[in-house]
Amino acid sequence: MTALSTLLLLSGSAFVLIGGIGLLRMPNLYTRLHAASLTDTLGTLLILAGIIIQAGFTLAAIKLAAIALFLMLTGPTATYALANAALLSGTIPNARRLDLPPK
Amino acid sequence: MYTAASIAIFITMGLALIRALLGPSVYDRVLAVNMFGTKTVLLLSVVAFLYGRPDFLDLALAYALINFIGVLAVLQFFENRQELATDADEDSGNRQKSNATGTEPAAEKSPR
Repeated sequence: MTALSTLLLLSGSAFVLIGGIGLLRMPNLYTRLHAASLTDTLGTLLILAGIIIQAGFTLAAIKLAAIALFLMLTGPTATYALANAALLSGTIPNARRLDLPPK
Repeated sequence: MYTAASIAIFITMGLALIRALLGPSVYDRVLAVNMFGTKTVLLLSVVAFLYGRPDFLDLALAYALINFIGVLAVLQFFENRQELATDADEDSGNRQKSNATGTEPAAEKSPR
């Protein structure tokens, strides 16, 4: 049980760290959005699942499950609202590969 | 284990702060602030078990609610601001249209 919790916590931490590095190093707004949003949801779920396993059947586990459910609902909604606002304000997503020389 | 998770979350919060300071557009900053808030919720729930104080979970739940509402409010503010900035040349047409729609309910209400 403790080994499973440790595995979940460490993999969640790895996903969170990868999301932070992607948020800093990606070249474009929409690629940054992609890197931040997906790792955010998965890393949050993994870390909270690891803590829930450590907590057992207590009130703290129910509160952690509520936090996980709420973050799972609001994270993609906030990402969608952000992409919608950026697209409506005229930020064009370009699919050009950035490592190729410009024409 | 909790210490490793909290250190990873701290490093990610620092990277998000760097992006919020560097970000070329407003939406990069809003994205970084959203990620900072989510990582704050995670850090609160890890620290609650690191120090054995489960009261912090209530703070984490309240902060998750406030963070979501705050990000949506800031996005709405900048969306309206952008529309006002781009529609400055069509201001007279919009004003006439809003006057027409504004007077219609009053005209409907007055006979009742």
